Amino acid sequence: MQTRRDVFQAIADPTRRGIIELIAAAPLNLNAIADKFEVSRPAISQHIKILTECGLIIIKKQGRQRFCEAKLQQLNEVSVWAERYRSLWADKFEVLDKLLIQMQSKKKKTVKKK
Amino acid sequence: MTTTTKNATSIKAEPGKQEVFITREFDAPRELVFKAFTDPKLVAQWLGPRDLTMKIEKFEPKAGGSYRYIHSRGEHSYGFRGVVHEATFPERIIQTFEFEGLPEKGHVALETARFENLPGGRTKLITQSVFQSVADRDGMMQSGVERGVNDSHERLDELFAKGAVK
Repeated sequence: MQTRRDVFQAIADPTRRGIIELIAAAPLNLNAIADKFEVSRPAISQHIKILTECGLIIIKKQGRQRFCEAKLQQLNEVSVWAERYRSLWADKFEVLDKLLIQMQSKKKKTVKKK
Repeated sequence: MTTTTKNATSIKAEPGKQEVFITREFDAPRELVFKAFTDPKLVAQWLGPRDLTMKIEKFEPKAGGSYRYIHSRGEHSYGFRGVVHEATFPERIIQTFEFEGLPEKGHVALETARFENLPGGRTKLITQSVFQSVADRDGMMQSGVERGVNDSHERLDELFAKGAVK
């Protein structure tokens, strides 16, 4: 099965958020990025792979080096947080829907059967 | 396959502004929705994120009242508090809101929830939160993301563990 990739997944991880912030100003090569984090080099590669698949960074080859460049137009941060925030509330309201159904059926029971 | 018509939750948070609007319709009369927002026993059943337990310490939905509740999971807990400016049945609640988990005190938002009548015994809820600064607003939304994102973290961890993500 294909794993779903979107910006929410991209920003779900603090290291990935860190990577985006780091390369937002200027593209960096993989080693330079890995040096800034305490996680292992393979883990960084993994994060970069996910970020690439989410469309938030692109990798450009320059000679033998691979540079990671942020595609920030993909990440309008406000809209990303807003969407995530929205879905948190959407989840709560779905629970509330069920509660309202319960409250209504209790009310009906005391009146009469439909 | 079951098909359910979901009422959509919409959000308006324009870049550079200090406010957030959340709008949602409910298939229930506003008296009932208002009750679900003001009866602590009912609030406890829906306001907390699914993976967190919600403890209501104080809840006084009336002018001059105050509230405090705590969402917790394991050793992490997040407190929220505020005072109620008005709770006018069944149409409006206005209160302050502060997330106690911020590094600094005093970052308070003003929240207004309006419950509008819709035909067919339905309700439209419009909430507006006005923050003291754009940074406060963005920070609040982000911290909401941090807390809510635990679920997806874990799912991601599982995928990594299974080797599904390569």
